[in-house]
Amino acid sequence: MIRIDSHPTHTQGTYKLRVGKPLPFGASITPEGVNFSVFSREATYCELVLFNKDEDAPIEVIPFPEEFRIGNVYTMIVFELDFENIDYAYRMDGPFDPREGHRFDKTKFLMDPYAKMIGGRDEWGVDPDISKKYQHRSRIFYDDFNWGNDKPLEIPMEDLIIYEMHVRGFTAHPSSKLKYPGTYAALKEKIPYLKDLGINCVELMPINEFDEFENSRISPVSGKRLLNFWGYSNVGFFAPKAGYAATGKFGMQIDELKTTIRELHKNNIEVILDVVFNHTAEGNENGPYISYKGIDNKTYYILTPDGWYYNFSGCGNTLNCNNPIVRSMILDCLRFWVSDYHIDGFRFDLASILGRDQNGAPMSNPPLLESLAFDPILGKCILIAEAWDAGGLYQVGSFPSWGRWAEWNGRFRDDIRNFLRSESGSLRGIAQRIQGSPDLYAWQKRGTNASINFVSCHDGFTLMDMVSYNGKHNEANGENNSDGSNDNSSWNCGWEGPSNDTRVNDLRTKQIKNAISLLMISQGVPMILSGDEVGRSQRGNNNAYCQDNELAWFDWTLVDKNVELHSFFRRIIAFRAAHPVLRNKTHLMNTDHVGSGYPDISWHGLRAWQPDFSSDNMTLGFMLCGTHADQGRGRDNDIYVAMNMHWEMHGFEPPGLPSGKNWNVFANTDLKPPFDIYDPGNEQILDNQHEILIGCRSVMILVSK
Amino acid sequence: MESKFKVEYSGTVLKVILSGKLDANNSPALSEELSKFKGKTITEMVFMAKDLSYISSAGIRVIVFAKQKVGENSKVFLISASETVLDVINMTGLANFMTLQDTYQG
Repeated sequence: MIRIDSHPTHTQGTYKLRVGKPLPFGASITPEGVNFSVFSREATYCELVLFNKDEDAPIEVIPFPEEFRIGNVYTMIVFELDFENIDYAYRMDGPFDPREGHRFDKTKFLMDPYAKMIGGRDEWGVDPDISKKYQHRSRIFYDDFNWGNDKPLEIPMEDLIIYEMHVRGFTAHPSSKLKYPGTYAALKEKIPYLKDLGINCVELMPINEFDEFENSRISPVSGKRLLNFWGYSNVGFFAPKAGYAATGKFGMQIDELKTTIRELHKNNIEVILDVVFNHTAEGNENGPYISYKGIDNKTYYILTPDGWYYNFSGCGNTLNCNNPIVRSMILDCLRFWVSDYHIDGFRFDLASILGRDQNGAPMSNPPLLESLAFDPILGKCILIAEAWDAGGLYQVGSFPSWGRWAEWNGRFRDDIRNFLRSESGSLRGIAQRIQGSPDLYAWQKRGTNASINFVSCHDGFTLMDMVSYNGKHNEANGENNSDGSNDNSSWNCGWEGPSNDTRVNDLRTKQIKNAISLLMISQGVPMILSGDEVGRSQRGNNNAYCQDNELAWFDWTLVDKNVELHSFFRRIIAFRAAHPVLRNKTHLMNTDHVGSGYPDISWHGLRAWQPDFSSDNMTLGFMLCGTHADQGRGRDNDIYVAMNMHWEMHGFEPPGLPSGKNWNVFANTDLKPPFDIYDPGNEQILDNQHEILIGCRSVMILVSK
Repeated sequence: MESKFKVEYSGTVLKVILSGKLDANNSPALSEELSKFKGKTITEMVFMAKDLSYISSAGIRVIVFAKQKVGENSKVFLISASETVLDVINMTGLANFMTLQDTYQG
């Protein structure tokens, strides 16, 4: 078909132009050229600025003629643009009246909020020329990719083993022995490791474009250059971090990331992105103009009545998530990542901010969260909230969910840690956590999938540090050890930091085995922090956000050095995968509703059927009846777990089994290899079926056969 | 380096000799040239890359396009590509449907 609206109507310099299409926002390649579209409600003037790639001086400035504005959208097609070799920006004019929330500055080059590719930090850690006026540069890229038959995997959520990891940190250490360490391509090379461990879902810490040089400085303690390593400070929401791509310097980060995702999917591993919609890298009134501040400050940020930035994120500004324009942008963004990158799910950093209104007050039915819960394109997508923010809102168990949202269960982490360090009064909480936290989630009928269980995550101590330090040691961050949480619920096992004492080290190893055992035998969705399986330490630093060095990188020599831990993790993960009774979607009822003669879960003490929940007690057992697996539709072995967090050994009586069945030992954290854990299916029959001795601070897992 | 390409069709083999850069500047022209061979019998599509210094995403897409639209049933070869070009091909997922070789006899 011949179109009669595809010819240029205007010219500017050597460029031919015509009015564009307002949707989609951003820069889109069309048969004629490139369609540009950008929103600003308050701007009085807008121009498109074109640069040769990476150059500071524009090659052309194209004002949007008045007839190219549709409502609050400026849009035009630029014909025959050599889009691979240019960068583009906008400049906007309008009121500069901070008290009214307006900060227009016509001199600033502004990145497109919908930029799908962003240049300026193309190679990780290469010092930028900060004298350049345009630092984070919008670029244009093809959105096509040869996906084959790939699509998001939709693995049942209860079957997931989530592995929280940092793309760069996972392979940046020289011991990874990869040609392009610290990249998407390198992650692809390590897929066999993840598969062998039993991981079927990676949760990637932020991979949106950010500026690793934001607040870059030299550590007064280590003398090392500190960078923004974690990246919880978005420059652009639609673009992947170029510096994480070996091909970033060629502008091919998009294809490289997609290739890695396709390969992860081929290996049955889902991809969840950690997304940061609570703030941007523009900071407060003293921060730089990157994009949003100069395009429509009042729309994009939550402001005080006097026009100052609210700081619910702790990072200078707060994105105005429930403004309709910003809400649409977030929805567009997530749809884009799902449809264009085949992303399986998202974890929302400081998600409670997404439920604040335009004045910062928490809402009971936040429209953004509702939109995400019911969006058709995100319909099968995992949505996980970090259900708190830096403004004091804590919503674990009460995050508005519409049956769709899951939560990082901070209570799980805290209760398990307190139990591990023998805090009195832990048992009632532990019983709830093991069942998938029905105390938090059952009232909304949210099921166990609402609870993302974890003992460690990027924030806070690694598991090894949790058992090696009583207090944080963040001096290397250069903030006088004032950053990072003071509330770690950790115990150093008798010595602060590395120890040569075998007893201390053995106890630490055992405590890590206890932690991963409790995580894997709990209902809900488990999440492991990358490196915990090999005892990775950050030398007591519980906030390694700026440590782009060996402190925070995955040291691959640990896989061999700590083979005992690695082997334990691999087997306990396989055990969870082998037993559906550990992965119920609905909460257990503590009753026998299938006529098996046993409740779905039963509680036991040192004597069978006699649990003792008194506050000074540190011992508890529970049995999962295999006949209740999958709400009675499946069949599984019975599982009995005896937990002794007392500092003395105790005898436990396991519940009796029907005749013909015996208890077999799968794991006993009190023992050293090869008796600490077996391959699932290869459990060893228990000599004495009526009493087992559980060592101090130990967990034993039995399976009926 | 000036970007150039040369296309030769002999028997059932379509040979493309590349040099310099293959990017958004010259890939539409190559794409158009290759389109002329639509409908012809092509068993092998051979991209000679010894003198190819750089391939951009647009360049990669011409090769994918050629396979999809011109020589759907053909075997695609990339010959004598430099290490940089090979790495890009591998990391951007293109290596899956092409044979990478040092030399080509034919």
